[in-house]
Amino acid sequence: MTHFINLTLNGLASGAAYAALALSLVIIYQATRLVNFAQPALALVAVYAAYTVTQLTGSYWIGFASALIVGMAAGALVERVIIRPIAKTSQLNAIIVTLGLLLVIQGGVGMVWGNEQHGFRYAFSYVGRFSPADTFALVSVGVVALLLFAVYRFTPFGLRMRAAAFHPESARLSGVKVGLMLTAGWGIASFIGALAGMLAGPPFLSPNVFDVVFVFGITAAVVGGLDNPFGAVIGGLLIGLGMSYVSGYLGPELATLSALAIVVIVLSVRPDGILSRPTARKV
Amino acid sequence: MSQPTTQRDKRTAAPSGSDRTPPKTPRASSWASMPLPVRHLLLAVLGLVGVTGLLFVTGDLTALRIAAVGYTMLAVAGLQLLVGGSGQVSLGHGAFMMIGAYTMALLVLHQPMLPLAANLGIIVVVSIIAGIAVGAATARLHGPYLAGATLILAVGLPGLTHRYHDLLGGSNGLNIRTAGAPPFLQDLLSTSEWRALVVWTTVVIGLAVLATISSGRLGRRMRAIRDDETAAAMAGVPVGKTKVVAFVIASTAGGLAGGLQAYVLGTVTPSSFTLVLSLTLLAALVLGGIGSLWGALWASIAIVYLQIWAGDLAGAMNLSRDAENNLPIVFFGVVLILVLRFWPLGVHGALQSLRARLRARES
Repeated sequence: MTHFINLTLNGLASGAAYAALALSLVIIYQATRLVNFAQPALALVAVYAAYTVTQLTGSYWIGFASALIVGMAAGALVERVIIRPIAKTSQLNAIIVTLGLLLVIQGGVGMVWGNEQHGFRYAFSYVGRFSPADTFALVSVGVVALLLFAVYRFTPFGLRMRAAAFHPESARLSGVKVGLMLTAGWGIASFIGALAGMLAGPPFLSPNVFDVVFVFGITAAVVGGLDNPFGAVIGGLLIGLGMSYVSGYLGPELATLSALAIVVIVLSVRPDGILSRPTARKV
Repeated sequence: MSQPTTQRDKRTAAPSGSDRTPPKTPRASSWASMPLPVRHLLLAVLGLVGVTGLLFVTGDLTALRIAAVGYTMLAVAGLQLLVGGSGQVSLGHGAFMMIGAYTMALLVLHQPMLPLAANLGIIVVVSIIAGIAVGAATARLHGPYLAGATLILAVGLPGLTHRYHDLLGGSNGLNIRTAGAPPFLQDLLSTSEWRALVVWTTVVIGLAVLATISSGRLGRRMRAIRDDETAAAMAGVPVGKTKVVAFVIASTAGGLAGGLQAYVLGTVTPSSFTLVLSLTLLAALVLGGIGSLWGALWASIAIVYLQIWAGDLAGAMNLSRDAENNLPIVFFGVVLILVLRFWPLGVHGALQSLRARLRARES
């Protein structure tokens, strides 16, 4: 029983990181109709920046802040320079471009910081059952998700963001700067992605440290419905729990493949995720 | 088939180079009157003769590289049929190569008396089964969902080697020894030249089959689905079945390529079948030209030789090992982005438009 409780608590903590990554995917999908396969790479840059800043200044929290800022800037830059010219051509091309970005950034990080692992500390002590680090993960993701909800729901800026995402044409007619909103969406999403990276990166960093995290993040986003931020958060926590049980009872090597099984089963039953409403299609 | 679908089909098939304007000279017309499979087989024999000639004028090291180009080309060609043909983006092609490679290694280790041809046959069967399993499971997924699911496959499958450590050898992988050239050829061919020949024989047969499928009815159906799934279904194309078949063909090509790779290198490790491999295959395909099997040739040459050039460049410029290892990846990423931005038909598309311009100048 204690084993089960430990697995549950661990699962919730790692689920927070998956939820954050899923949330960043969903924000971009809502804005651009594009699954951003480069999201783990953007988080990678942010976390490595934090690593370097922490080493230079000696302060973890300056590093943490710089990770979020670097992540946000990288996301906005990528949207402006790389995604926007290509997004109009075709969905296939846009997906492949994000994959190209993933290769470039992963390889680039490997060139600059090396392929070997670097030790990287947690925000707080990670010792014990439901450690301070675990609490921090859950609380920070919860706060960010609530803030995001409040901004989207209750501020004029959020209204413009939603308008730009759902009806770009009419939003543009009523004076919303749609392009700016898209850039802002990518910035916000990558900010949250960087947070996910800071939570999921430790104890070791290497250029492909986020491959598996991204697998769980995209599973969470798909399970919750790519169109639904609530779904992403709930999906993230559920996947965290599920993977924790699979790793604990069956073996950690099977976690990724069981994520595949979950994706396939969920999507076969509900092709757009659990929480999405079926879309009406005009013929 | 309804009129609009056929029209669209013709338009998209044109860049693939298989449909040309009616031939003018009598020689060309006898070539065109031959059935397609025969034409493709003749081209395959011609390709094999060319490779054999190349093997005789180059050294042993180049033979290994030529072999590498061969099996990579088969893998990319399978992916071409899937992505370029039916429009399904698979990021898990490396996983099928891994299945083929491990099947080959296990067969050589546990059934050493089986001949190579039998091994390759078994690999085809295993890959078909794997392709049916994955293809049927993902048949309802589309676009980004399919890409995501296959990405998970590519990341997750290498983990199995740790799970079944005793059978699959964990992260050290498996080492195999295969026979070299048969005795009566040993004076003529070195082991690596023989292996390159075996690889290319399999590859050209595989390519001939792929080319025949791609220009036949199945290929037309796939392109119809790629262009508009609803319209294809309206025209009587069995959408789900065709998608699964495309997946199976691609996985078979990938599995065979993996098996040949294991045969040439004599070793299989999980670290050679990472997500980066799958992404590199896709990137190279886009670079070569996604609409044509010829693109697969440029793509595989790029994959094999970039690795080598990166090593040379890093050596010449005194770059670190990290830079050397990551240079090809970065290059592929940059190329992927730039090609899609400025040159969406890849190298093959560029060559074709060049040829069209030359022809226009002649007339």
